[in-house]
Amino acid sequence: MAAAAEQTSSQIAQQKSWHEVVLQTLKRNDIRLVPYVPDRVLTTLIRSIHADPFFTCFPTAREEEAVGIIAGAWMAGMKGAVLMQTSGFATLANVLASLAVPYQIPLIMFVSERGTLGEFNYGQSLVCRTMRPVLDSLAVEHHTCTRLDEFEFIVDRSIKQAVTTQAPVALILSPLLTGGKVFDK
Amino acid sequence: MNTAADTPARNTKIMNRSDLTSRLVAKLKNEEAVIGGIGNTNFDLWGAGHRPQNFYMLGSMGLAFPIALGVALAQPERRVFALEGDGSLLMQLGCLATIATLGPKNLTMVVMDNGVYQITGAQPTPAAAVSDLVAVAVGCGLSNSAWAADEDDFERLVDRSLSASEPTLIGVRIDDKPGVGATRRDPVQIRERFMLGMGVREEL
Repeated sequence: MAAAAEQTSSQIAQQKSWHEVVLQTLKRNDIRLVPYVPDRVLTTLIRSIHADPFFTCFPTAREEEAVGIIAGAWMAGMKGAVLMQTSGFATLANVLASLAVPYQIPLIMFVSERGTLGEFNYGQSLVCRTMRPVLDSLAVEHHTCTRLDEFEFIVDRSIKQAVTTQAPVALILSPLLTGGKVFDK
Repeated sequence: MNTAADTPARNTKIMNRSDLTSRLVAKLKNEEAVIGGIGNTNFDLWGAGHRPQNFYMLGSMGLAFPIALGVALAQPERRVFALEGDGSLLMQLGCLATIATLGPKNLTMVVMDNGVYQITGAQPTPAAAVSDLVAVAVGCGLSNSAWAADEDDFERLVDRSLSASEPTLIGVRIDDKPGVGATRRDPVQIRERFMLGMGVREEL
């Protein structure tokens, strides 16, 4: 009976889309502030976060601006997460090394991964290769999310770890999870 | 090439960063947050006397206003000041549009404009001779932006910002003197003390 119930709940979990998992897990962890620089893959997630009055969600002109906002809000008692694309992450080395890491800010980053598994823009594929070396060089925790069945576990545990250990985390949303962006014209 | 003297917006008194920062800090009676930008702006904030509600940036050039925006959004009842240099603001002009869109009325931004990167050897900024940063702010939608004509006008603009119904930006033309303080460069201590000052931490 218990096993059956577990199976049913697991099936329900699998019916949730990846962006529903992100929204619900942010909410469950009281992550209210969501500044972003948009990406095609993030469109539905951004729209649904905007539509939910629980969140304060807005675009910024640059990704590092969003990191500054998250840092200020955290220090004043409000938790947040930043949404961006791979090329946006590539602008963050300075702010990670001079603000988020040394000041111990639980900066939660969702990075939609461009540049791999069917990329059509050579520049995107090159900039993608800079992302993990930058994260590794600063010893920033990161996970590449590829499977829907383990996604909620990764997101929920990573948020809790970032907050309790006061350390940034990057959750890289692989095309294996999101479908990615494909050449369409 | 244009020179600074040609720019009508610079028809204001040349003041001193340390003096203006001390005047601002002397007015703070309600645990207002103050975010000091990289370099001289936070050195002079430190020099004006440490307060638990002060945050000192040790890098991340250009992020004083975004950090202050985050504080202002998290605590709408608290007045938040941000002190930023002109060179720093040039790195992150886009944040002015973000702040104008969100419109936090509890945010007062001060741009310390000497037209140079003082700390690296006083090289002129690309904006020095031609750009009016207050006009840029107005163009970004921060209509409550003004140059302070002199010290008294600066204090008047600060006082007025406390009851403003939208964010305030105050431009001040300053000399090329270095900062007078020397911020203790301990990021974790700075952050932890600031969080105590913001009332979101309890002493161990």
